[in-house]
Amino acid sequence: MENKWFNILVPIISVLIGLFAGALIMLFFGYNPIQGYIALFKGAFGDLYFFGETIRQTTPYIFTGLAVAFAFRAGLFNIGAEGQVIVGWLAAVWVGTTIDAPMYIHLPLALLVAAIAGALWGFIPGLLKAGLGVHEVIITIMLNYIALYSSNAIIRSILTENADKTDMVAPTASLASEWLANTTYFSRMHYGIFIAILAAVAMWFIIERTKLGFELKSVGYNKHASKYAGMSVKRNIILAMVISGLFAGLAGSMEGLGTYGNMTASSGFSNIGFDGIAVALLGANNAFGVVLAAFLFGALKVGALNMPTQAGVPNELVDIIIALIIFFVASSYLIRWIILRFKREGK
Amino acid sequence: MEAISKKQGGGALEYSVINRCRKQKIKEGAIILKSRKLILILTIFISFGLVLAACGGSNNEDKSSGGNDGKKTEENEGSTDYSVAMVTDEGGVDDKSFNQSSWEGLQAWGEEHGLSKGNGYDYAQSNDESDYLPNLTRLTRDGYNLIFGVGYLLEDAISKVAEQNPDTNFSIVDTVVEAPNVASITFAENEGSFLAGVAAAKKTKTNKLGFVGGMDSDLITKFEVGFVAGAKSVNPDIEVDIQYVGDFSSADDAKLIATRMYGDDRDIIYHAAGAAGNGVFNQAKDMKKNDPNNEIWVIGVDRDQHEEGKIGEDNVTLTSMVKRVDVSVQEVSNLGLNGDFPGGEILEFALKDDGVYLADTNEEAYTEEIASAVDEWKEKIINEEVDVPQTRKDLEEFEKSL
Repeated sequence: MENKWFNILVPIISVLIGLFAGALIMLFFGYNPIQGYIALFKGAFGDLYFFGETIRQTTPYIFTGLAVAFAFRAGLFNIGAEGQVIVGWLAAVWVGTTIDAPMYIHLPLALLVAAIAGALWGFIPGLLKAGLGVHEVIITIMLNYIALYSSNAIIRSILTENADKTDMVAPTASLASEWLANTTYFSRMHYGIFIAILAAVAMWFIIERTKLGFELKSVGYNKHASKYAGMSVKRNIILAMVISGLFAGLAGSMEGLGTYGNMTASSGFSNIGFDGIAVALLGANNAFGVVLAAFLFGALKVGALNMPTQAGVPNELVDIIIALIIFFVASSYLIRWIILRFKREGK
Repeated sequence: MEAISKKQGGGALEYSVINRCRKQKIKEGAIILKSRKLILILTIFISFGLVLAACGGSNNEDKSSGGNDGKKTEENEGSTDYSVAMVTDEGGVDDKSFNQSSWEGLQAWGEEHGLSKGNGYDYAQSNDESDYLPNLTRLTRDGYNLIFGVGYLLEDAISKVAEQNPDTNFSIVDTVVEAPNVASITFAENEGSFLAGVAAAKKTKTNKLGFVGGMDSDLITKFEVGFVAGAKSVNPDIEVDIQYVGDFSSADDAKLIATRMYGDDRDIIYHAAGAAGNGVFNQAKDMKKNDPNNEIWVIGVDRDQHEEGKIGEDNVTLTSMVKRVDVSVQEVSNLGLNGDFPGGEILEFALKDDGVYLADTNEEAYTEEIASAVDEWKEKIINEEVDVPQTRKDLEEFEKSL
């Protein structure tokens, strides 16, 4: 009981301390923190357009948050969500632009292929970790770059003739919704959010209600004890990375089929996968927590754009404030420790 | 790990006992610490943030002068009700390249009409691809009359937002968007780069040149092709080594490429790699520093990069292929202000209207002889005696015709 209460309290305190530290910095540089935060809030929820954009940004964050959280549960650190997002994005756009099929086949197929691509990108580090004991962090970081530059090359030389971006996906493969766009004044909100929430439920179900989930958690807690208990540690490591990659691949399909409808040869990472690490941490690696954390990150990211124009806070300062919030979120261990101490002193 | 578990022998039970002991120790340690330490830790974190904030703020003084209350365009104090804003690509307004140049143009326009940042003109910075559309939409809803999208990366976003907001005027730099309320600004980069090629061909002693591009795209190909065509027009035996960094920000990669090219006896490198091009400058400056007699040069791009090439008494910047993005932004803003917004048109800023030109700031290196050769070819291009190629295919035909 006490533990549950704790898991809710710690992220909330982290966010509050982050906001407070951000306010101090704004004060120090002569900006009004209240106006700054009002601008942030208005930029994220000010009207339906911005609310729609916040949801749009939340969608891939839920997926990458789930991906990282899932691997964490099995004791693995999947930094490779970024690369898995990229291959998923590419796969979704590939299917979306080249295949001709009615919507009830085309869209699910595009999503499926994106999930498989992401899963494959998670399978490689999983296999190397389970088979040869190579650390997954190193492999996934490398695979991120491989994903980025290979997909750039594929966009330029296979999907197009030396153009920077692919064609738009066929309407039959698009997640974009005229209804959602119209109710939110042309925001890019799309149906993906519903799939994301379904995915969160699926993760909760796998982790909490299935034998597979139990084994994964067990391997995460103690590899050796699990092995002693007769579980296959290798199989579970591979499975955890595959499912983690699957979620991240779907995050890519959200961008490819929903937000943009195409893919651009990119000079750098989209950061959706990296932000997913912070989302998972803030969400305490719990499916429901991840959804809430993704929503917070989506709101921060979209709302922050409004701070320079409306409150005059320079971009650099906004970046620092957002980074501070994430910093305190990530240092939740410290906050956990502080609370424990005060509790003990009180006794 | 395998080894450890074997050593433990006893298996899970023993392992968990060890673990429990360790936890106990950690708890005991925690109790000893005084709460004063906690405050210290927090203070360190916050002051760390402040230091970071100070670093971030110092080189952007002009940005923070924007005043800190939410200003709407209706509250204009300037001489006009017309307001203009711009959205940067990932580079930001201090990229020493075309984002900065656009912002300088917009600032000059504001000054011309007695406006200030936030009151009549403003910019919104995009940190990544997903920010383009929200930034454009927000500025549209704030009531700006004309909004610039800076860079070809904003093409999709501009065409979407222009369709959704037919009453607002938009303008895009470096590419073409076909819509009645969008003015497309393009530059004849191939013509400017042709002249850069001519200058390089006149200057080189090894007859070997280098080209470092940012991302291999239609736009950067125009630079590459123009440069090669210009150099070969002067001397068909000149050989140009072409390599792309892969993005516009990895200065370290560009430095490696430059190291190889200079090591390969290529004495002049033309870069069209945005911020990554700084790596080329760094390498050239390093080599110049080690040996001041080293005859190596860089040709800058977008803005006059004379400052970037300074090393002690010397300067490695031979010249720069300048794109007058600032002038184009200012001009389109004025057209809009006077009610003549060129919606649906493509405005090409070419050699003949000084939309692109070669900087002659480095008088010592950029000799009279080079300048006169460049002028000669410039005349030929303006009089349409030379058709400067735009694509690699054009270039092949061009080379055959030499």
